[in-house]
Amino acid sequence: MSKFAKKKDGEVPAVSTASLPDIVFMLLFFFMTVTVMKDSSVKVANELPQANEIKKLEKKDRVITIYVGAPTKEYTKTFGTEPKIQLNDKFANPNEVGDYILMERAKKSQDLQNVLTTSLKVDKEANMGLISDIKLELRKVNALKVNYTTYEGDAFKN
Amino acid sequence: MARRAGAPEVSAGSMADIAFLLLIFFLVTTTIETDAGLDRMLPPIEPPETDVVIKQKNIFQVNLNKDGQLLADGELIQLNQLREKAIAFLDNGGAASGSPEYCSYCKGKRDGSSSDSPAKAIISVKSDRETKYGTYITVQNELVGAYNDLRNREAQRLYKRDFTDMEAQYLNPETDASIKEDLKKRVKRIQELFPQKLSEAETSSSN
Repeated sequence: MSKFAKKKDGEVPAVSTASLPDIVFMLLFFFMTVTVMKDSSVKVANELPQANEIKKLEKKDRVITIYVGAPTKEYTKTFGTEPKIQLNDKFANPNEVGDYILMERAKKSQDLQNVLTTSLKVDKEANMGLISDIKLELRKVNALKVNYTTYEGDAFKN
Repeated sequence: MARRAGAPEVSAGSMADIAFLLLIFFLVTTTIETDAGLDRMLPPIEPPETDVVIKQKNIFQVNLNKDGQLLADGELIQLNQLREKAIAFLDNGGAASGSPEYCSYCKGKRDGSSSDSPAKAIISVKSDRETKYGTYITVQNELVGAYNDLRNREAQRLYKRDFTDMEAQYLNPETDASIKEDLKKRVKRIQELFPQKLSEAETSSSN
């Protein structure tokens, strides 16, 4: 009997799947590094206005975000329908913004503390009174660099 | 009792299909979020030590009322006219030739009753507490747009390239350090030609 027996006709050779775990791990690592975890859920309506003369906000670790907008449906009972400020996970009054910025600033490393940007994610239906209150608070704690975060689009549609 | 010859091999040929399915799913759903928006510096809260007196003609006053109506330099205008108005004001270059403020690159009307030079010109935005944020952003966008248009014009003249394009490359972290150094000088130069002076605080004025 010969050592190299002829294969039977019609038998499909099995696909080697040894490298599949590698592929899956590669995908897993890719998405793990790319995905940015949201540390807080947005509890306010947040339809940002549109603008086209915009600059990108690079480096996530240098940004402090403040959300403003009308509370979403599940919170309207307790907080009403007027636009509110959201800091981290809770609703806040304008006078708490300063403390929040100082707290967030203290969490960052020393060399980043002077280059922080405050990103204002404000619903386009909010009114300017609240925004100017926030701006005053930001000026009080010397957080002067702000970014009015917007979507890219036609500014006249706002 | 028949002996089993090990567990039967599971066909794993379709695993690749599953992996691709996952890949496509994630590709479609993840948006690698980069936030973008309008950058602005707020004025510091301490008042400047010396009271700076600014001539009335060097201030372009933009008022926004609660209904979203726009008053620019005492004239009721539409939002889409604002950019044009702002450009005309910034690019006016009203200072007489020979005076230190004379603006050699301005292409405006050189009207004596409007701004002296881009370096002197200040745009001041005031809004009502009831103004919609969306409208405010439109106004800000148009004003930034006016500056960008003028800066692009100068950048095209000096470097044959758009200012916004150079700035984007300069701010991009992937750009080489050597190119960055070069760009920095150019961006600075253009910014000095048309410094962005958008005031949101009360501006004291006198004639």
